[in-house]
Amino acid sequence: MSTATATETTTFASALNTAMSDAMEADDSVVVFGEDVGTLGGVFRITDGLTKRFGENRCFDTPLAESGIAGTAVGMAINGMRPVIEMQFDAFAYPALEQVFSHIAKMANRTRGRVRLPIVIRIPYGGGVGGVEHHCDSSEAYYAHTAGLKVFTPATVADAYLMLREAIDTEDPVVFFEPKKLYWSKAGEDLSALRQQYESSADTAEADSPRVGPTGNAKVVREGTDVSIISYGPSVSTVLKAAEAAAEDGISAEVLDLRSVVPFDEEALVTTVEKTGRAVVVAEAQGFVSVASEITARIQERCFHSLASPVLRVTGFDIPYPAPKLEEHHLPDVERILDTLDELQWED
Amino acid sequence: MDDPITSPEQGHQKAEQASRILETSRTFGISPEQYMLPAQQQIRMLDPDGSLVPEDQQGTGPGHEYPIPEDDVLLKAYTTLVAGRRINDQNYALVRQGRMAVYPSSHGQEACQVGAALCLGEGDWMFPTYRDSVAVISRGVDPLDVMVSFRGDWHCGYDPKVYRVGAMSTPLTTQLLHAVGVAHAAKLRGEDTVVLAMCGDGATSEGDFHEALNFAAVFEVPVVFFVQNNGYAISVPLSNQSAAPSLAHKAIGYGLAGEQVDGNDMVAVLATLRRAVHLARENSMPLLLEAVTYRMQAHTNADDETRYRDREEVEQWKRKDPLLRMQKFLTAKGLLDEAAETQIAAAAEEVAASLRQAMSAEPEEDPLEIFDHVYTEPTAQLSAQRAQLADELDRAHGEAWAGTEEGTR
Repeated sequence: MSTATATETTTFASALNTAMSDAMEADDSVVVFGEDVGTLGGVFRITDGLTKRFGENRCFDTPLAESGIAGTAVGMAINGMRPVIEMQFDAFAYPALEQVFSHIAKMANRTRGRVRLPIVIRIPYGGGVGGVEHHCDSSEAYYAHTAGLKVFTPATVADAYLMLREAIDTEDPVVFFEPKKLYWSKAGEDLSALRQQYESSADTAEADSPRVGPTGNAKVVREGTDVSIISYGPSVSTVLKAAEAAAEDGISAEVLDLRSVVPFDEEALVTTVEKTGRAVVVAEAQGFVSVASEITARIQERCFHSLASPVLRVTGFDIPYPAPKLEEHHLPDVERILDTLDELQWED
Repeated sequence: MDDPITSPEQGHQKAEQASRILETSRTFGISPEQYMLPAQQQIRMLDPDGSLVPEDQQGTGPGHEYPIPEDDVLLKAYTTLVAGRRINDQNYALVRQGRMAVYPSSHGQEACQVGAALCLGEGDWMFPTYRDSVAVISRGVDPLDVMVSFRGDWHCGYDPKVYRVGAMSTPLTTQLLHAVGVAHAAKLRGEDTVVLAMCGDGATSEGDFHEALNFAAVFEVPVVFFVQNNGYAISVPLSNQSAAPSLAHKAIGYGLAGEQVDGNDMVAVLATLRRAVHLARENSMPLLLEAVTYRMQAHTNADDETRYRDREEVEQWKRKDPLLRMQKFLTAKGLLDEAAETQIAAAAEEVAASLRQAMSAEPEEDPLEIFDHVYTEPTAQLSAQRAQLADELDRAHGEAWAGTEEGTR
């Protein structure tokens, strides 16, 4: 157990790790499995120590087959378990898509709610870490497009803990996207305090609740008046830096961290855009037919009369993820966000 | 010092499963290979004319011994077989009358269907495919609840947890992994649940078939993989699916035992399945059973079988019909007489009649239910879409038909 003092050394990775061990402690039916998650503790060490602490029946390595991991998770969930499965990398999760799309997403609906699958599929995703091909995809749109799945993606150390606890406790299947570039980011979070905060929070979406709940519960992480920048996951920290830089140029940007793509907090989106009258959507994934497209469409549908400027997007290019030495040209960065802010119509 | 050439390095140690197979094979006095490989010939107990095959010609031997089930079990199997055939034919007729959208018939495969249901205990699980309606009904699920999906009013009409029967799976072999997961969860809790995982011959080409057998062997879980090899995957014959000596031969590659049985021989199917379930439970390990049978009718009503097989072949298989064989056998055994036959036929007719009646009634679906089970709590977007549809229905059917207030209808 961590000590009660807040330090700057709490990493995103340790928050995820503690969330899992706390969930396993709280509920015997929580089991963790995947490739290299046992003895090794996962290639990113997110499951470090779980096998040692809870035994091989609770955290174990499977044969190297993602469909097998997802498919057996379905059976285990049917038979009373709460599986938390790890897909080693974003693109390595694709062999499991049939199980995810055809069963995990649809079982509750197929059986009229009689069989719910409380499965968490953890996926390290996104770029910015110099990863080779198949290690940097932003694949959230595939899952968000599939009805029946929830799609969470934390952007902060606190949310890493709080949202993973909630994902494990929810009766619906959750695809849990972990921005791998944030794994070793640190914050002055006290894990004991987070534990207390989570365990004392009701399963509702009151404004000050940390829970995603049924609404999505997006959070304004920076207040502003001139433009709303909507983002999630790995892009939020980049957006915050851009917002700081924009402030120096006299632009007051409000930043909305979606936290959850599904459920999608449309009301928070509408509130911020109606307040500022301008919107930019930032995400790493390719922009074409993306989560960013959906956000943009919703703003157009709901906030048309409040808009002083067209809604713009800053996303990855519509290309297969580039090789490590070229990724900096692909990923949305502070400069590209600032350029886009400049393109908004600022004259009244 | 160990010899680095001959001693296994860490990580290359022989899997525990292999030693478990070794132990089991030792109890039969045979080698692990002899245990894992199917017997020299298909296990068969009844000749096509229904007479008992002499013991030395049944294909059985050490490690491949299958005691003939007790008389009452055989009689129950026959009763269930007759009902199963009647259900198949009734559903075929209902499709022709337009009362059902589609029905993948297991006509000709009923021995496998009945065997699958009767080999399991109450606490065991079954994971069927879309062609296994008769197996699901034989396990006790209300026929109407099974037909809901083919009538087209919902995807699955029964509660899988009540009957311990998975929702009939359409994506091939995906359900085999669910079976492994169910068995694994049971094993972790110290329960001795056996899971029967069903698929067809074409499905053995799918990747999940491989993954399921491998996971089951590595996890050492009691899953009986039951392949109904009916010769065709829609139109494509087995020769296009596999170059293995038999589908049962696939077992040894994963470290589990395989067996091939005459799938139109009710006695042999039941004997091999019961033995497989017993071994799986006793030793906590998976087995693979391939039943060689034949799909007597087209894949579904949408299929034209004359394009890929000739009548002659179908006629040949007619002579191996599982019902007639079992009927002749039980009659000769003195377990079946005309009076019993009449009673069994009447019971089957009753099932068919109630099915007919139920299917002739118009189902009362609630269009708004399509939003209700997607998530435990609807998202804001789904609530809005539900309200939109309710409004459309109100306008189409007169005010408040669907009701704008939740729960009105």
